[in-house]
Amino acid sequence: MTNGWIDIKNTDMMLIMGGNPAECHPCGFKWVVEARKVRNAKLIVVDPRFQRTASQADLFCQIRSGTDIAFLGGLIYYAIQNNRYNKEYLTNWTNAAFIVKKGFKLPEDGLFSGFDPAAMKYDVSTWNYEEGGNVTGTAAAAIAAGDGPGAAAALAVSVAAKNGAPAAPSLPPDAAYDLSLEHPRSVFQLLKRQYSRYTPEMVSSITGIPANELTKAWDLFTSVRKDGDMKKAATIIYAVGWTQHSFGTQIIRTAAMAQLLMGNVGRAGGGVNALRGHSNIQGATDLAGVFDILPGYLKVPLPTDNDYTTYVTRITPKPSKPKEWDSYNYWSNTPKFAVSFFKAMYGDNAKKENDWGFQYLPKIDRNYSWVNQWNDMYNGKVKGLLTFGMNGVMIGPDSQKNIDALKKADWLVVGEIYPDETSAFWQSPGITDDEKRQIQTEVYRLPCAGFAEKDGTFVNSARWLQWKWVAVPPPGEARVDQEILARIFLKVRELYQKEGGKFPDAILAASWAYTNQNNPSLVEVAKEINGKALADIKDEKQTPSEWKAGQQLPGFGWLRDDGTTSCGNWLYCGSWPDSGSNSQRRNTDDPSGLGIYPTWGWSWPANRRVMYNRASCDLNGKPWDPSRRQIWWNEATGKWAGNDVPDFKADSPPKDHMGPFIMNPEGVGRLFVPLAALADGPFPEHYEPIESPVANQLHPQQSTSPVVKKFTTPLDKYGDPKDFPYICTTYRLTEQYHYWTKNNPVNMQLVPEPFVEIPEELATQLQIKGGDRVKVSSIRSSYYCKAMVTKRIRKMSIAGKETFQVGIPIHWGYKGLPDGRPEEQRTPANLLSPTVIDPNAYTPEFKGFLVKIEKV
Amino acid sequence: MSNEILEVKAISGHRGGTPGRGVSRAYDVCKLVDTTTCIGCKACEVACLEWNGYDFRETTFDNTYQTMPETAWNFWNLIKFNEYSTDDGVQWLMRKDQCMHCEEPGCLEACPADGAIVQYTNGIVDFNQDNCIGCQYCVTGCPFNIPKFNAETKKVYKCTLCSDRVGAGLEPACIKACPTGCLHFGSKDDMQIEAEKRVVQLKANTSWKNAGVYDPEGVGGTHVIYVLGDARDPEKYGGLPANPTVPIFVRLWKGPLKWLGGVGMVLGVLGVFMHRVRYGAKRVEGEEHRS
Repeated sequence: MTNGWIDIKNTDMMLIMGGNPAECHPCGFKWVVEARKVRNAKLIVVDPRFQRTASQADLFCQIRSGTDIAFLGGLIYYAIQNNRYNKEYLTNWTNAAFIVKKGFKLPEDGLFSGFDPAAMKYDVSTWNYEEGGNVTGTAAAAIAAGDGPGAAAALAVSVAAKNGAPAAPSLPPDAAYDLSLEHPRSVFQLLKRQYSRYTPEMVSSITGIPANELTKAWDLFTSVRKDGDMKKAATIIYAVGWTQHSFGTQIIRTAAMAQLLMGNVGRAGGGVNALRGHSNIQGATDLAGVFDILPGYLKVPLPTDNDYTTYVTRITPKPSKPKEWDSYNYWSNTPKFAVSFFKAMYGDNAKKENDWGFQYLPKIDRNYSWVNQWNDMYNGKVKGLLTFGMNGVMIGPDSQKNIDALKKADWLVVGEIYPDETSAFWQSPGITDDEKRQIQTEVYRLPCAGFAEKDGTFVNSARWLQWKWVAVPPPGEARVDQEILARIFLKVRELYQKEGGKFPDAILAASWAYTNQNNPSLVEVAKEINGKALADIKDEKQTPSEWKAGQQLPGFGWLRDDGTTSCGNWLYCGSWPDSGSNSQRRNTDDPSGLGIYPTWGWSWPANRRVMYNRASCDLNGKPWDPSRRQIWWNEATGKWAGNDVPDFKADSPPKDHMGPFIMNPEGVGRLFVPLAALADGPFPEHYEPIESPVANQLHPQQSTSPVVKKFTTPLDKYGDPKDFPYICTTYRLTEQYHYWTKNNPVNMQLVPEPFVEIPEELATQLQIKGGDRVKVSSIRSSYYCKAMVTKRIRKMSIAGKETFQVGIPIHWGYKGLPDGRPEEQRTPANLLSPTVIDPNAYTPEFKGFLVKIEKV
Repeated sequence: MSNEILEVKAISGHRGGTPGRGVSRAYDVCKLVDTTTCIGCKACEVACLEWNGYDFRETTFDNTYQTMPETAWNFWNLIKFNEYSTDDGVQWLMRKDQCMHCEEPGCLEACPADGAIVQYTNGIVDFNQDNCIGCQYCVTGCPFNIPKFNAETKKVYKCTLCSDRVGAGLEPACIKACPTGCLHFGSKDDMQIEAEKRVVQLKANTSWKNAGVYDPEGVGGTHVIYVLGDARDPEKYGGLPANPTVPIFVRLWKGPLKWLGGVGMVLGVLGVFMHRVRYGAKRVEGEEHRS
C-alpha cells in the first residue's frame, strides 16, 4: 500500500476492484466502514461477482474478469474530458509535460513501436523521453509538422536489428517538456489519445458493464476532483483480482495513472493500495520473495554483470528531468545499499579487493519464477524442491502439471503443520495403484511450527513491521523454520568444506554469526537485517552525529558504500536501532488524528506511513487540504515538518522544484513508463486473457498480449470458447484461509463443501438446480463440486454476445476434513487454471479462464 | 444459565415473590445490530460457539453462504443471508439472527417450569436448563423461532446475551468479535439514540432511503435492536417478522385462561385419587422378586 489500512478512514471515495476486502480482509474492512460512517465516503465496487464487499457498496458494476484495463482506461479518459484533474499537480508532480521520443507509436493496432514478432519482445528504444529542455509554446508548430505519435515506428526496430546488440538505451538527463501540455508528443496528449479509444460504448462491449453504469461509476469516482478542486481524496484498493492476469502489472499501472492524473497519490485517504493476502506477504516481497530481486528491491545480477562496478552502474539510475527542476533520485544511493547488503551476507569475506563478494551472488541466466520452476521440474531440469509455508500443488496453476512435475523429481521436502496435498501428491485424485508404484520421488515431511509457535515480525499490507511473541511452544518434534533451514545449511556447508564441489566459495564465504548456529534467534536475524556500524562512523549533518562500531543503525541515511556498515535490507534500516526494537512498540498515541500512530510498530521506509507525501502539498509546500495536514514546508526552520515523516529531502525548499516521487529518476510520477521498466508497454492497453470468449475488440488481430508466451509441455493446453464457453474466476471465502483451515472443524462447519457459483440464467439453461453435483472442466482437467445457483452473478453482453461467468472458491483439496469424502469431491480448484504468466511480475492467470459445466 | 450477579425481574412458573430481586442493579442492556455494516463474516457465529463451549456441528451445502437454515440448540448466533432482486440489480442482505431478548418474552410467558426462564432487570432473558422440563412451550411462545430443543438432553437452549459475561462487566462475545463495528452494546437508551442517528445518516447519504430501527412494540420492544437498510420489509432480512407478538393462545393460557389449568390440575389429582380408590395401589413386578 502507498498508504495504509488505517488511512482508509481519511478517504472521501473508494474504488475497490480486483479485491474483496469484506471477505478476505474483514478486519481491515473496518476502516472502509469507518470512512463511510464518519466521512460519508462513497464506495464503488467493481467485480465479476456481487460479493460481500459489493453488499456494502454505493455503486456496484459487474465486470467481465480480465477487462479491468478497459474500465480504468475509460475512467482516465472520462477524467480528462470532464476536467476532473488538477493541472498544478498533473504538470508538476507527474511526467504529463515530458515529451516522448519521435517514433514512439501507440498500440492502436495492438502493438507499440519496436515489436519483434520472432522474439515476441519489444525493442524499447523509442519508449523514451526526448532530450532538449523547455519546448513550451512549440506545440502548434509540431502539430503543423505532422509531428504526432504513430509515425516512423519501423525505423527504430530496423536500426536496432542491424546493429546487433546496441548498448541499452538510457534516459536523457535533460528531458524535453511542455508545461502547456499541448505538444502532440507530450505524455499528456499521448495519454489522452491512447484512452480516447476507450469510449463508454467500447468499454461496455468489452467489460459487459452497461454504458450508463460505466459513466455513473466514472462520474462518481472522479467527482472528488470536480473542476480540479484538490480538497477531497479518493483511494483505489485492490488485491490479487488484479495481479492474477497475463497483464496484471498493467492493471495496477492503470490505477496508478488514474490516481496520478487525479492528484490522489501521496495524500491521506488516497493512494494505490494493495491488500496482501497473508499476514507477511509484504515481508516476503521485501526480503527477496521474487527470484529477480534481492532484499530491499535491489536487482539480482545478470550473467553480463562481469564485476561489481558493471553491476552497480547498471542498477543505479541517473536523474532524468527538465533542467530547471530538481530530482532526488533516491536510488542513486544504490551502491550504499548494495555494499551494506554484501557485508551482511558475507561479513569479513566481503572486501573492496574482492568486489565486496559480488561474485558469490548467483546470477540469473533464465526465468526462475514460480511457474517456470515447476515447468523446469516437469521438464526434468529441477530435481528437488524444498517447500515451507506453502502448498505448491494447490497453489497451482494447473495442479496436475505440478503433481506430474513432482512425480519426476528426485526428492521433495515439505515443512508444514498439516499433511498437505503437496507432500501427498502421490495420493492425488485419479491416480492408480500402478502409477503410485512407479513414483520414485523421495518425500520428506517435516513437522513445522505454526505462526503462534514462533516469534519474529509480520510486515502487513501497510508496510508495518510488528513483532509477535511465541504464544505456545511447537508440539512434539515440530521445529521452527529457521532451525530446519539452519541445520540444512550447516550440513550443506560441511559437505562443501569436505568435498569442494563446483563453487564452494559462495557457501563457505557466507556469514553465519549467530549465537546458536543450529537455531538462529530471530532477534539476531532482525538486528542483522536492520544493520549496524562496522567501524566508527560520523556524519555532522545528522543527530547524533556518530555511531560506534557494533552499534545498530537508526536509518538508511547512515549506510555507506565503503564497507563500514552492514545491512540485510536497507528498507528495514531503522526497525531495530540501538535503542531497541521499534517493531515491538505498542504506543496508541495518534496526535494528528490521521491514524498515523507514529510509535506503534514501525513502517518502512523510515517509519513514514504515507509514501510520496510531498505530493500532499502544492508547489509552495502547503497541504492541498488543511484539514488533513500530513507534512508541510516550514519556512522558518528551512525544513519539511509534519505529522508523518516527510518522504522527501528534509531541507529541499519548494522553489527548487524537487519532485515528490523520489524513487523515480524523474522525481515525478510516471503516467508514461519509459524504456524497459515494463515488458509490455509504456501505457497499459487492454488485452484479452489467454483464454477468452471473444477477440479483442480494440484490435482483433492482436487479441492477447504480444509478449506473453504460452508454455509448451504436453500438459499446457489452452481452451477454445467453442468447447469451453464460460469464463471462470477463482477466489477465497471469509470462512476459510487458503488450504489450512479445511483441517479445522469450525471452519468446515461454516462452509462444509466445495461449490461453484453459477448465475441463475445459466443454471436454468443447463437445467442445474442449487445443490446439484456438477463437473466444471477446463481443457486441462475437471473439478467436482456442488452448484450454488445465485442471483449475484448476472448474464452479460460481451461484443453483443450473451456471456456467463462462474466462480470457484479455492479452499478444498484431497487432504483435510471431513475424512472419508469420496475422491471426486477432493479435486483442487487449480486443476482448471492455465499455465500462463504476467510478463513483468510472473503471476499466473488464475482469473478469467474458460470452462464448461455439466451435471453429474 | 442464570446468573446470580444479575437481578431477576420476573421468573417463570413461580408463585409469590421473585427470588433474587434486589440482588444487583443494572441498566437495561441492549445489543444494536447495524445490518448496513454487516459483512457476513461470521466472526460472531464462531465467537458464540467458542465462548459457550460448543463444537463442531455437521452442516451440509444448502445453496447459500448461510451456515445452516436456522439457529440450533448448540448454535445460537446465525447470520441469515438473503439474495434479493431489485429493479437495478441485487442486494445481498445479511442479518445476525439470535434471541431478541424481548421486553415481554413469549417464551417466559409460556413456560410452566419454575425458574426455567428468567428475565433480569437489565432485560436479558435467560434459560436455566436445570429447571427446564423439556415441554417446549417456550418454542411455541417465541415469535422469532429462537428456543431450540435438544432431543438428547430433553432441554431447550438459546442465546443468553452472554449473561455470564455481561454480569462480569464484559460485552457479549459476538460484540467483541465483530471486526467492522456493526455490533454495538450498551444501554437501551444509548443504543436507540445510536440507531436513530445512523438511520438519519443512511437516509441522507446513502441509497437506503427507507432505513429504520427495528424494535418491535408487539413484544414490548427488544433488547436486541436492528438498523435495517429497508425497514419497510423486515421479512426480507432472513424472515424477521414485521409485527412479532406473543401467540394469542400463550397469552390466553397464562392470562385469562390460567384458571383452566388450575381446574385441570384439580381434576387430574381427583382422577388419581379415584383411580386408587377404584383399583388399589400399583404393584411393581421387581418388588415381588425382592421381597
